[in-house]
Amino acid sequence: MNSLVCVKQVPDTTAVKIDPVTNTLIREGVPSILNPFDGFALEMALRLREQAGGTVTLLSMGPPQAAETLRTCLAVGGDRAFLVSGREFGGSDTLATSYILSCAVKALEERTGERFDVIFCGKQAIDGDTGQVGPELAEHLDLPQITYATDAVQENGRLRVRRETAEGYEVLECGLPAVVSVTKTAYELRYATVKGIFFSNRAEIPVITPQEMEGKIDLSRAGLKGSPTKVKKSFTPQRSKQCALVDEASPAASGTRLAALLFEANKI
Amino acid sequence: MSRYQLMTKDQRDLVALVHQFLKKELDPYIAEYDEQGVCPMETVRKLMDLGFWAIDVPEQYGGAGLDVTTIMHVREAIAYHDAGFCNTFSAQTFGWKPVLLAGTEEQKLHYGRRLAEGAFWSMCITEPQSGSDAGNCKTRAVRDGEEYVITGSKCFVTNGGVADLYTVTASTDPSRGSRGISLFIIDRNTPGVHVGKHENKMGIRTSNTTDLALDEVRVPASNLIGAEGTGFKTIMKMLARTRPTGVAPAIGVAQRALDLAIDYSRTRLSFGQPIGNLEGIQFKLADMEMKLQCCQSQLAYAASLVDRGIYDTLVGSCTKCFVSEAVLDICLQAQQIYGGYGYSREYPLEKLVRDARIFSIYEGSSEIQRYIIGKTLVGKI
Repeated sequence: MNSLVCVKQVPDTTAVKIDPVTNTLIREGVPSILNPFDGFALEMALRLREQAGGTVTLLSMGPPQAAETLRTCLAVGGDRAFLVSGREFGGSDTLATSYILSCAVKALEERTGERFDVIFCGKQAIDGDTGQVGPELAEHLDLPQITYATDAVQENGRLRVRRETAEGYEVLECGLPAVVSVTKTAYELRYATVKGIFFSNRAEIPVITPQEMEGKIDLSRAGLKGSPTKVKKSFTPQRSKQCALVDEASPAASGTRLAALLFEANKI
Repeated sequence: MSRYQLMTKDQRDLVALVHQFLKKELDPYIAEYDEQGVCPMETVRKLMDLGFWAIDVPEQYGGAGLDVTTIMHVREAIAYHDAGFCNTFSAQTFGWKPVLLAGTEEQKLHYGRRLAEGAFWSMCITEPQSGSDAGNCKTRAVRDGEEYVITGSKCFVTNGGVADLYTVTASTDPSRGSRGISLFIIDRNTPGVHVGKHENKMGIRTSNTTDLALDEVRVPASNLIGAEGTGFKTIMKMLARTRPTGVAPAIGVAQRALDLAIDYSRTRLSFGQPIGNLEGIQFKLADMEMKLQCCQSQLAYAASLVDRGIYDTLVGSCTKCFVSEAVLDICLQAQQIYGGYGYSREYPLEKLVRDARIFSIYEGSSEIQRYIIGKTLVGKI
């Protein structure tokens, strides 16, 4: 059972401050960490490897320093890691990112001659919080997907996944290969080990460049120009103590009243 | 604040791992363990399981094979969370060290593997009547055919109650004084081995310390380390290697005290402002930082000498003596900044002071170090 885990280096949001003048994140001096949901995904993949054998490969897209996060993943038990990096990929939104990643997955499979049975992703990154890359990746690769997974085991060559829903949990089974996006699990990412640290600091992390994927990637779908998302403005909401309380006799009446208030305020 | 800048990437990662682990697994409970005077062995084992078993045992004998400098950084990091816990961690292999220096290849292979598999191995030198005077050894070992019969009493044995193996000094020829001392490996399960009570100590209370009574304990002659009568020489050789960095945990304790004092000075208001704005407090912090940087640099120098196979008595003793005393002073100053809260058991500082007190007492007291330094400087007149 060979797994690929897609991970992202994110700023440690517990340490992030917002510039009061420009309303943007002050990223300077903020430590970078492995996106926590990707950590859960990695732990799930490592457990699957313990249960069913195989390998755990890491993939990340980002600037060269994102290799550091890949090393963190190797130190806890990943077998090998690849970084997708290139100027042409800068400014990618989720659609472009998932497209580039899908091309990278194909390039990786060609390069290693190995098919990934499961592609794990965290359900979302804590910096962008979109939760779109995993599902989009599955679409680009035309693979079945299970979202919000909290556990995954192999059974008779198929994957049995416990997934979180608004109503509770459901257990799904699917054939392989498949894409699984992972939410918070009952278990945490394991600690690194001494041997893991030595291994990770000596591991070569090959970079998959746009040039390397030439002919297999449409660069007009990558980077800023491949990204339909346009950020108009980013700001910190003003704190205000002014408020109107809506508490009608029934939820339906409250809804009607709320809609009326919003309409009056020209918000809808 | 300054952090030692010459760590390799491996060392930085190991230190980060130790902090990540202990912050979660030890910090929330340490006040309780300290009060009860118990060592959380499960937590020690869990940390060891990350790859720290047999930390200084060469890889060819199954150990982790880390160098002295790396171990120094790891121990500093552990002691930042608790010096007693660090003692338990480090003492896993204390009994091994003479084997590496004077043991047979079979002993190294056999016991190296046992350490890697999770055995704790204590070193037992001190006796009720002799601490600094290590040559005054009343424990006797008498040859009887293919065995030795060992009788005597050891005290202040680090990890005495949790150890699986003991290395003890015993006299095989009392008429020859320190030249009659030999070293033996004793398995805890051997009949006649009695582990005494846990010492109720002022500090490093999470480090297990016991007496060890040996009542006609029979060990095979193959448990002798080196030749008869060479034990004292081996111990001295061992100390030349371990002394320079034995005091590494003190750095962690002092760093914790300084960090706490800085935080406190930034938040404690007095006369309408944080006390950190007061020059009197800033100067104290400056003195603490100066001392700590000197200690850290001196230790790193001492460690790199040992890693290069240079065993300098003066460096070892100067480092041990200076660092242990400077660190106690740093902790006392931090306690002073904390004021009344520094004297309360409800706050973390008084524990650091109690823990720091040990460093100028154990592993060769300050007086012994000064004696060695002075004698080495003046030489024979």
